[in-house]
Amino acid sequence: MPQIFKKSTNAIARASIIGSGAISVLAIYMIFIGIPRSSYWNQTDLIKTQPVQFSHKHHVGDDGIDCRYCHTSVETSASAGMPPTKTCMNCHSQLWATTTYLEPVRESWKTGIPIKWTRIHDLPDYVYFNHSIHINKGVGCATCHGRIDQMPLVTQVASLQMEWCLQCHRAPEQYLRPRSQVFNMAYTPPANQLELGRKLKKEYHVLGSDVLTSCSTCHR
Amino acid sequence: MWLRRFMPAAIAAGLAFASALLLASCRQDMQDQPKYLPYRGSEIFPDSLSSRSLVEGTVPRGYLRDDQELYTGKTGANVAPTAPTATAAATSASGTSAVSTQPAAATGNDVNEFPFPITREILDRGQERYNIYCSPCHGVLGDGRGMIVNRGFRPPPTYHQDRLRNAPLGHFFDVITNGFGAMPDYSMQIPPHERWAIIAYIRALQYSQNANIADVPPDQVQKLK
Repeated sequence: MPQIFKKSTNAIARASIIGSGAISVLAIYMIFIGIPRSSYWNQTDLIKTQPVQFSHKHHVGDDGIDCRYCHTSVETSASAGMPPTKTCMNCHSQLWATTTYLEPVRESWKTGIPIKWTRIHDLPDYVYFNHSIHINKGVGCATCHGRIDQMPLVTQVASLQMEWCLQCHRAPEQYLRPRSQVFNMAYTPPANQLELGRKLKKEYHVLGSDVLTSCSTCHR
Repeated sequence: MWLRRFMPAAIAAGLAFASALLLASCRQDMQDQPKYLPYRGSEIFPDSLSSRSLVEGTVPRGYLRDDQELYTGKTGANVAPTAPTATAAATSASGTSAVSTQPAAATGNDVNEFPFPITREILDRGQERYNIYCSPCHGVLGDGRGMIVNRGFRPPPTYHQDRLRNAPLGHFFDVITNGFGAMPDYSMQIPPHERWAIIAYIRALQYSQNANIADVPPDQVQKLK
């Protein structure tokens, strides 16, 4: 049918075969790797609206308040502990006590109905994460949460994908720090991190990766 | 011929079926299970708390406050028993169940001995806890010039004055437990044993700011010169 298709069309046809192959490979990559690892899919760096625009940068970074002042149960239980309105009122009974900005806090204090914060780090319900074991084995807050002290509004930093959990559970010595530094936001790992990590792993009795990567360690 | 006619339809149907399976795999039933996790709300109760506060008078295992001096810092029979639910009220996300009460007028029956021996570990623990919960207002030195005071909170008195140097230990316990003046109570944030550790560290702070050269052990004096 040379009237319709010129001879050069054959080249286009050949190219389209190769092209569609490349597009299929790209599509498969996007479906299984690209999209699941994207910040869009994992909702990292996503700002979520809160009833009060609470700034960790102000309270932790500027005021120097320790994480545990509010997250009291982080060393002893699975949940880090969301502070009750009472904790806000410890200071805000006097500071900014008449601002409309903090009206939801005072409203909660008056009525006894807790403030409904929007959860940022939302693990699937079949994952049983425990804060206290990580704190007590030398995993710093900032290792997973990032520099909270520099975040006016908290965003999720880590992907929270299982592969992200596993890259530490397979070799925790990459991230362990001395217990005294766990709550230090500005801690930078030393040059001999692996050496220190192996020493701390032994000292804090961190279990082997065979146990840490066992299904039932995180799923029950 | 038959095959050629129906092949496209078969392929289309197959693709549709496969994509339906793929879409079905996006259901998140297991990710969001209808169960209560900490801080997950409930639609059953008007205050939307799924973790309910303890029924009044309930004593959770391990929370029986049978040692009056340890849990109130007071001796004698005229001490109103503090409700055991006060510390366990951490389950109440609003925290209003532990409204701070003004301390009873100085009854003079504050204990002046620690209910358990103070070791180096306990003192270190007290320092750590002091720096977390107290230093924002009282300052790391205990001089009452912490960051929150800089921000405008009513300044607390310095620990380094005779009134507080001579105050019995039980007084500090009472203030941490029940609050005092502008200071709110810390009964939910600091468990009783850690309150005593903090008090031990406050005493250490007081000694540190009120010492003279005679208090320094002879073998350490050279270091200071």
